Amino acid sequence: MQRAYEVMFIVRPDFTEEDLDKLISTLQTHATNAGAVVANVEKMGKRRLAYDVKKFQEGQYVLFIMNADGKGIYELERRMRVTEPVIKFITVRTDEEQQRLEKVRKLRAARAKRPPAEAAAPEAVNPAVTA
Amino acid sequence: MADETNQETPREPGRPQSRSGDRGDRGDRGDRGGSGGRDQGRKFFRRKKVCRFCVEKVDDINYKDVRLLQQFVAERGKIVPRRLTGVCTPHQRRLTTAIKRARNIALLPFSAR
Repeated sequence: MQRAYEVMFIVRPDFTEEDLDKLISTLQTHATNAGAVVANVEKMGKRRLAYDVKKFQEGQYVLFIMNADGKGIYELERRMRVTEPVIKFITVRTDEEQQRLEKVRKLRAARAKRPPAEAAAPEAVNPAVTA
Repeated sequence: MADETNQETPREPGRPQSRSGDRGDRGDRGDRGGSGGRDQGRKFFRRKKVCRFCVEKVDDINYKDVRLLQQFVAERGKIVPRRLTGVCTPHQRRLTTAIKRARNIALLPFSAR
C-alpha cells in the first residue's frame, strides 16, 4: 500500500551543486529501486543549523516528497544512514494529515456553499462576541 | 515573555458586546492566573484570548515553517505553554509535534544559549 511520505535530509555544507545533484539522483534511484515513487524534490538551500551536527554549523536541506510503502522507506533510510554526506534525516508520514486537511477543506467549502442567510447568521454572532 | 503577551489585551478597544468587557481588563490578568479554579463557577470562559489558529483558520501547522513555530518557542528554546499564548488544545498538540520534529531536523534548537 503506497503512502505519502516526506523525507527531509541535510547534506554537509561543503558539497558543490553538482555533487549535491549527483547525490540526489543516486538517492532517487535507490528509492525507485526499492519501489517508491519520488513525486517531488525540493532543494531548500543552505541554512544555519540550530545546533552542531557532526561538527557542522551549516547544512544544505533537501526535501523528497514521495509515495512509498514501508519497505521502500526502510531501504531508503538504510541507504541514507550509510551515505557519508547525509548528516541528518527525518521521515514524516503525510497521508493521514493530508486526508484530514482535505476533509476540513471540504467541510468549509460545503459550509460556504450553503445559503449564507440560514447557516451563517447564528454562527456570525458568536465570532463577533469572542473576537 | 509573560509581560509581552499581557500587554496585548489593553491595546484592544473595549468591546461593548463582549461579556467580559467591563470586568475584563483588570480582572483578566488576575483571572488568567486563577482561571483554573474559578472557571468552575462560571458558565462561559472568561479569557479574552482566542486561539490564533482557530481565528485565522490555519490548518496546516508544518514543521517546516520555522517562522511560525518560533513565535511559540521561548528564548531558551522551550515550548511556550498554552495558557500564555491562548492556543486551543488540539492546535497546541499539533504545534508541539511540529516543534519537536523541527528540533530533530535542526531547524529549531533543543536548548538555546
